[in-house]
Amino acid sequence: MGRIGRKGWVVVAAARKMSTFADHCPTMAPPMAPRSGDAIFASVERVNAELFTLTYGAIVRQLLTDLEEVEEVNKQLDQMGYNIGIRMIDEFLAKSNVSRCVDFKETAEVIAKVGFKMFLGVSASVTNWDSEGTCCSIVLEDNPLVDFVELPDTCQGLYYCNILSGVIRGALEMVSMKTEVTWLRDMLRGDDANELQVKLIKQVPEEYPYKDDE
Amino acid sequence: MIGVGKNKQYANVLDKPLSKGKQEVSLSAFAFLFSELVQYNQTQVDNIGELERRLEDAGYAVGARMLELLCHREKGNRRETRLLGILSFVHSTVWKVLFGKVADSLEKGTEHEDEYMISEKELLVNRFISIPKDMGTFNCGAFVAGVVRGVLDSAGFPAVVTAHFVPMDGLQRPRTTILIKFAEEVLRREARLG
Repeated sequence: MGRIGRKGWVVVAAARKMSTFADHCPTMAPPMAPRSGDAIFASVERVNAELFTLTYGAIVRQLLTDLEEVEEVNKQLDQMGYNIGIRMIDEFLAKSNVSRCVDFKETAEVIAKVGFKMFLGVSASVTNWDSEGTCCSIVLEDNPLVDFVELPDTCQGLYYCNILSGVIRGALEMVSMKTEVTWLRDMLRGDDANELQVKLIKQVPEEYPYKDDE
Repeated sequence: MIGVGKNKQYANVLDKPLSKGKQEVSLSAFAFLFSELVQYNQTQVDNIGELERRLEDAGYAVGARMLELLCHREKGNRRETRLLGILSFVHSTVWKVLFGKVADSLEKGTEHEDEYMISEKELLVNRFISIPKDMGTFNCGAFVAGVVRGVLDSAGFPAVVTAHFVPMDGLQRPRTTILIKFAEEVLRREARLG
């Protein structure tokens, strides 16, 4: 059976070609011009969405076992999302060439059209603006997180995708916007779409990171 | 109660058409998520063995579902019943779907009949992970070991599966080896089948 590998082992099967780093290297885009979500998604390394989906499911199930209370799970998922958001924003800004948004309306559009596309490969739409332009809804019709998922009766209070709201909150906080993100509609709860309400609480004035003589 | 009076398109998951599985997300989205999985589990344990066991549990859940999914989609509802068949299913089909490539190698131990290993030069889950010095032997590959155990166990091939680093000459980073040690009953059955 097979050829002899290293001492003590016989090779049963081997990959034909090893992929090298160069195979995966995205080509650099010309600097400055903001890039579309599609263009970025096409240029970054990608993985099968099912690995992502099932891994997320495993996380949620672990949390349910450990924390027992659905409310606590919601909180923990939000916290994990927040942790991701505050790190993800760097990659987002580096790859998208998006510069400062003129207003919150532009911010919401960028999240829906560029952010969701570049990380999850899906795009979302923005609707339901209030008259001040500080509160809107991001509607997701396609959401890779919920594939293969059905909420059992015991978990009806669970916001299964709560990690997403944490991500948005964390990422926006890093660009000086305090927001409140809540779920208005959830397909797993029988709604026809996933709707996240993003509300701008306040714009934190930027401070220089250094302090003199302190 | 929320959720009562459902009006969604499909009554349940099983009524949905099975996707082709070609959808993708960015690698960084997965890397961020995986890093949260590791960090969360770190808060729940006080030693490395326990941490690896928890990652393996998470992986097991993924593996068990992968077997079911792939048997439906790729194999017309049939699953492998022979040892080499299921091993090459893991090495080729499962790896290809999960990591986009066939595993670098699948080898059989010459000293122990029940030992096999799958090696990978750079395992996807170890790509963005640096292990602190005081956690030297810890390997995030435990998650992938769990996936492998999940597939094997659900297919009727119980085994102990562990992940190890193997330093490589001339390479800066060690490769990861997934060691599979089958339960006795598996080998007895295999011998009976001839």
